[in-house]
Amino acid sequence: MTRMLFAAAVALAAAVAFAFLLLPIVAIFLQIPIGDLFAQLGSDVFRDALFVSVKTTLIAHASVLVFGTPTAYLVARRRFPGRSAVLTLIEMPLVLPPAVAGVGLIAAFGRFGLLGDELNALGIEIGFTQTAVVLAVAFVESPFYLRGAIAAFESVDPSLIGAARTLGAGPWRVFGRVALPLAAGGLGAASAVALARGLGEFGATLLFAGSLQGVTQTLPLAIYAQFEQDFDVALAISALFVLVGASLLLTFRILGWVRFLSTSPFRPAASSSL
Amino acid sequence: MGSLSFDVAVPARSFELALALEVGAETVALVGPSGAGKTTALNAIAGLVRPRHGRVACDGEVWFEAERRINRRPEERSVGYVFQEYALFPHLNVERNVTFGGRRSDGLLERFRIAHLAKAKPTQLSGGERQRVALARALARNPRVLLLDEPLAALDPHTRGAVRAELHDLVHELALPTLLVTHDFEDAAALADSVGVLVEGRLRQLGAPTDLLARPSDPYVASFAGANLLPGEAFPGPNGLTEVRLALGETVYSTDVARGHVTVSVFPWDVTLEREVPAAESALNHLTSEIVSLVPVGNRVRVRLSTLTAEVTAASVERLALRPGGRVIASFKATQARVHGGTYGSP
Repeated sequence: MTRMLFAAAVALAAAVAFAFLLLPIVAIFLQIPIGDLFAQLGSDVFRDALFVSVKTTLIAHASVLVFGTPTAYLVARRRFPGRSAVLTLIEMPLVLPPAVAGVGLIAAFGRFGLLGDELNALGIEIGFTQTAVVLAVAFVESPFYLRGAIAAFESVDPSLIGAARTLGAGPWRVFGRVALPLAAGGLGAASAVALARGLGEFGATLLFAGSLQGVTQTLPLAIYAQFEQDFDVALAISALFVLVGASLLLTFRILGWVRFLSTSPFRPAASSSL
Repeated sequence: MGSLSFDVAVPARSFELALALEVGAETVALVGPSGAGKTTALNAIAGLVRPRHGRVACDGEVWFEAERRINRRPEERSVGYVFQEYALFPHLNVERNVTFGGRRSDGLLERFRIAHLAKAKPTQLSGGERQRVALARALARNPRVLLLDEPLAALDPHTRGAVRAELHDLVHELALPTLLVTHDFEDAAALADSVGVLVEGRLRQLGAPTDLLARPSDPYVASFAGANLLPGEAFPGPNGLTEVRLALGETVYSTDVARGHVTVSVFPWDVTLEREVPAAESALNHLTSEIVSLVPVGNRVRVRLSTLTAEVTAASVERLALRPGGRVIASFKATQARVHGGTYGSP
């Protein structure tokens, strides 16, 4: 009897949770007819925002990969004093409200910020430009990539690295032929999560870059701008995000499984005779 | 002829490994319990861990010397290393694993009977095949030193014997300085010219396998060689023998001289089993025991008793009608009972 009661309670809780999570997502598609929904994607606001979003996110994401991958490799492979402090620092943007990230970026790179004079002297203006969008997106998505990438490199069996070295491989070859291919699955997953977070970046961008249509107005900012003017456009962009997000998760899951099956054939090395 | 010499101190988890060895064109096995520092020793030679101080040299070429701040990178030493569990690159096929070092696999795949597996991934191989790939890969760069870390541990008992015989022939044919790490005394005895027993980072004894069997220097070594260990109290006994009152309650005699807290070691194959204490019998030590279990090992049977373990022929088991739960007399000679510890020490 109590057993059945428990099962019923768990089932009810699960049903409420699923319904709560699913309802807003489904609702986006049910507010207006699907045909009308996607007709909204022809609007100027949408096309400008799409262009800004794709351009800034790609640049930001590429920079995160280029600088983040070696950083993650270094942190994963080395044990050095202050390592846990570094790990905590890397995760800081995760726990900060995006608005705080925006304030921080203004305080660092804004006209009157920490590097303001230097940047002014070089004739570089960052605030309220696409560069500001790129910085905001990169800042906010970095920890998502770094965290996953560090875990991916840490999961590469150290004896494989050791084997490569005793076989004459220098640091470039160890990285390129062993560490990178074996961490590829985890790196791809981290990259996908970070990319999704970058595309959705809102708060830091709004504060640091503003919301100028065609210049700094990204898709999430366009949703906010259209929210009061033309709710249908806001709905359409939201629907697009749902589809992109779902396909990202789906590919990542499929790829993730394939990767997992093909690159971890061995039990973790037994520490039996260290 | 090649030679490897090293004398290193390497910090390990709870102790420091301190090991010095000269290895000519021969195989030296390092045996010992888990966490004794065996793999650390190999890693120090390969350059994968940095010793706190000491020296590693091969053919007179210095690979590491703390005082002169010499520390060659692993890729600049000439080491063929077969890792525990083999550490084959899971994303590369057999051929690419073997040629990873940059040399061509000319003849190696054929020599190790893995040519037909050239395009297979390591996951698709059996334990024995993986071991051959790991050996081929380690030898592809013509190393001057061979390091083998538990090369047989990942194999099932069925293939292990055959692979051990192959490995024996290979290392003798190569005539390279070879260090073999194992926790199995039988593997060490079968493959190595000499065996070093490493316990908590210290070499307890180094000698030919037969020396270790005949004269184990302490209880650890005796137990690694497969001996029974019986703690007790030693006193001077009759006829110049040492009398040991075992913790089990029985008394045994040994020709070794000792006094005080001691451990008596006796090998299972030196123990004979009888139904009754024989009248005219040279064995001086008799332990009345209960039979716990009978496990066939090859052509012998390991008989676990309440007192110790004996190894006898299947014919004896049949003749004596040994059954678990039955009683039996376990006998061994005073000359076969080694006494370790105590105040006088052992020979």
